[in-house]
Amino acid sequence: MSSVLEQALGQGSIKLQQSCVSWRETFELAGLGLVESSRTTSAYTNEMIQAFEELGPYMVIAPGIALAHGRPSESVLATGLSLVTLSTPVVFGSTANDPVSLVIGLAAVDHDSHIDLMAALSELLMSEDTVNFLLKATNESQVRSYLI
Amino acid sequence: MGIGTSVLLKMNAEKVLEAMGIQAEVVAADITKAKRDGEGADIILTTPELVVLLEGMPGKIVPIEHVFDLTEIRQKLSAALL
Repeated sequence: MSSVLEQALGQGSIKLQQSCVSWRETFELAGLGLVESSRTTSAYTNEMIQAFEELGPYMVIAPGIALAHGRPSESVLATGLSLVTLSTPVVFGSTANDPVSLVIGLAAVDHDSHIDLMAALSELLMSEDTVNFLLKATNESQVRSYLI
Repeated sequence: MGIGTSVLLKMNAEKVLEAMGIQAEVVAADITKAKRDGEGADIILTTPELVVLLEGMPGKIVPIEHVFDLTEIRQKLSAALL
């Protein structure tokens, strides 16, 4: 698909078939993926959680897909993504798009330098086949070889 | 927030508008920016959960449930442009 995506997903950012019982746990994992791949400090995880608490489940942007993110801040070291798939879908409180099986964590250093990345992400997630593939994947190399 | 959902929605709205042959300026904004700078917008695309925060804005508010669904965006934009 796109190497922009592969580069955005650093080592440690992909967490597959996780079991979570709440949106908060999924955000913690998405945040951990960004921290482990050195894209953010752990403070960013709290910023994502706070953003969800403030504005609610609007981050569930498509059926089964949530985009976890905060604002560009000092906690963002570099623009990047994390990818978390859930072995059991989790209810986020979205009227149209619950339950969630795929959580993408997003950190951006500013408002516009990640536009190419967002275009690639949009193209990726627009395909139902791709989303189903990601949801079934059990190891990281499967996902990476798909993204290259 | 202005970096996630609104960016995806802007890109997909631009695709749809181009396919429809409609020239438009599409701006991505978080809620704060939308309320501050969005007074002149004809149409405000958002997600259903945020509609309540945008009520009272002069533009038509169009909630999009699935930001990757170009068909939904096209149908709702067409209706709003009538």
